[in-house]
Amino acid sequence: MAQQKSTLKERANVAFQDDFLRKAVRFTADRLRGRKADSTGALGDWEEWRERGRAIRSHVIENLDYYLDQFIQNAEKRGIHVHFAKNTEDAIAISLKIAKDKNTKLIAKSKSMVSEEVHLNHYFEEQGIECLETDLGEWIVQLAHETPSHIIIPAIHKNRYQVQELFEKESGETLSSDTKVLAGYARRKLRQRFAEAEIGMTGCNFALAESGSVVLFSNEGNARMVTTLPKTHIVMMGMERIIPSWEDLEVMANLLPRSATGQKITVYMTALSGPRRAGEVDGPEDVHIIILDNGRSAILGDDEFQEVLNCIRCGACLNVCPVYRQVGGHTYGGTYSGPIGAVITPLLMEDKKQWGELAYASSLCGACHEACPVKIPLHDMLVHLRRRYVEAGFTPLSERMAYKGYAAGFKSVGAYKLAGKSARWVQLTVMGDEKEESALAKNTPMHGWTKYRTLPEPNKKAFRDRWADLAAEPPQAPRGPKPKKETE
Amino acid sequence: MRVTLFITCLVDQFFPNVGVSMVRLLRRYGCEVSFPQSQTCCGQPAFNSGYVREAREVALNQLNAFEGAEYVVSPSGSCSGMVHHYYHELFADDPRLAARADALAAKTYEFSQFLVNVLGVTDVGAVCPHTVTYHPACHGSRILGIKNEPMALLQHVEGITLLPLPKAEDCCGFGGAFSVKLGDISGAMVNEKVDHITETDADFLVSGDMGCLMNMGGQMKKRGLKTEPLHLAEFLYRFSS
Repeated sequence: MAQQKSTLKERANVAFQDDFLRKAVRFTADRLRGRKADSTGALGDWEEWRERGRAIRSHVIENLDYYLDQFIQNAEKRGIHVHFAKNTEDAIAISLKIAKDKNTKLIAKSKSMVSEEVHLNHYFEEQGIECLETDLGEWIVQLAHETPSHIIIPAIHKNRYQVQELFEKESGETLSSDTKVLAGYARRKLRQRFAEAEIGMTGCNFALAESGSVVLFSNEGNARMVTTLPKTHIVMMGMERIIPSWEDLEVMANLLPRSATGQKITVYMTALSGPRRAGEVDGPEDVHIIILDNGRSAILGDDEFQEVLNCIRCGACLNVCPVYRQVGGHTYGGTYSGPIGAVITPLLMEDKKQWGELAYASSLCGACHEACPVKIPLHDMLVHLRRRYVEAGFTPLSERMAYKGYAAGFKSVGAYKLAGKSARWVQLTVMGDEKEESALAKNTPMHGWTKYRTLPEPNKKAFRDRWADLAAEPPQAPRGPKPKKETE
Repeated sequence: MRVTLFITCLVDQFFPNVGVSMVRLLRRYGCEVSFPQSQTCCGQPAFNSGYVREAREVALNQLNAFEGAEYVVSPSGSCSGMVHHYYHELFADDPRLAARADALAAKTYEFSQFLVNVLGVTDVGAVCPHTVTYHPACHGSRILGIKNEPMALLQHVEGITLLPLPKAEDCCGFGGAFSVKLGDISGAMVNEKVDHITETDADFLVSGDMGCLMNMGGQMKKRGLKTEPLHLAEFLYRFSS
């Protein structure tokens, strides 16, 4: 599939021209934040739960080869075919082979960001195989020929009127914009298709090493249809989805839904442990698991970034991110959006220059780290990514010169004083005064600032130049009630 | 108590009154205040942009400037946060410098932290018959963990009406170079923040970092708002002298 060639700024500009999108993203993010706060409060010491989650995930990632091995052995014992895909090409080739062996014309899909990552639908459609997204949000996005703009709420950027329009176009029927009517239509339409699909394909929230089982959290029931009705089930999962045991699942089952949607638990939590056995009434006859590397193993052993593999894909960092809030998910250009996308996309993609600029899509406010249920220090990782971007020589010469100038001007006080004086002069003569942006300023990089804000008034006398007088002032007695120390 | 001032470059060059207010407040409580003229900037602008070598050169100057200090106090959660959270990393490949960085971090305090937690002052005797809303700057609250100190100081101001700022914990969009480099995104963020400030209709917007206040204040001025942005130190000093 064609690589995203636009820049971060260009994509942000598209978002800025879409008021509907911006309103919808803010509205939903606010609701999720509110619900998360309520549901985590009910769990007692949320910080302790986060720490447990972090510990489990870090332990697994540190010993990933061991747990992967255990998972594969146990899954195979249960009659599951396990495949390992080094990259996108492998993942597509393996799934296409299974599809062709089964003579498939239709695959019903549910919950798989990883299949988005390898652009599976696109490659299958080229082969004349239809991949039907059955999660409501995913289906809406598919009908609109778009990509998901949120990790767990793919159609966060659409409102019900836009959905009504898409559904009417798809069905040729007249529908109302009532969400019940729209959901009802989706239900009717998708139900017919679950039964027609030869293959059901899902992602995987957690893979349990001790039993070789795959666990899915879902709300709509479609994942159950996809995993029980078609004769073949393919699971595509990132290699880091493993947790050791059922006991660990309890921690994750507390952390994930609360962080994602503010639910105490999702409507369905499905554990799948191999194909249908003799005497069982439903379930697939054949189960394949494709474990995808696609750049993940390169992050293993990298002190600065390994913890990013702890991510449980809840989207909590998106919901609190002030940048995501303003521009939505498509601005990030890749499969994963928000702060986690800004970190993981540059790590996973080969073109570090093109994707590395995502690390700048943050004011480094740290809200993502605070929200993360497994405490990934995303804000620190963004700084590390920027450092690598600079070290790789990807930043423009003008910027490199500017920071060289900064270092020269600030590494000793002599140069600093001179820099301070010339900065004042530049501001007064070039940038214009604090009220008006000068015509000249509009053509400098400072325009990014002055377009939205005035500049502070340059002071005639810096603090350091006032120090001598200040030091000579007699001390004043404290006013009001005396400080605690003296009254004790 | 000996206090060495860590005056951020922004305060030094643009907002000297914040430094002056802080000095006068600290001296009221018996602090012996000094200001090493050799200090410049914490290095954060370069560090956050990925220019580590440049940040290190500047930070090294700060290590030297504050050598021998008992307490280092700064009117900025962001710059103190830089010292606390990133100086170790910056000097990690030189154990001697790393140890000096750790020692500096251990004695560096943001203004409200120092006043409340070290000096034990929550009531500076200020009287302010006005409405005030408070923005908790991100680095102070998230990197340094300053949660209650500024609010404790404000709550003790006589006659004050504190108005809650909607979505107070959301970033104002400053982020240093971010506000210039991705000006439109940052502009959208400060726009939403100032909408919330407008909703409160407060007389003063108080915060603990001049970067954020310069950002919010810059847009407030552009909109012609009557709300005055003011650093916590300047606010407390103005209404208690």
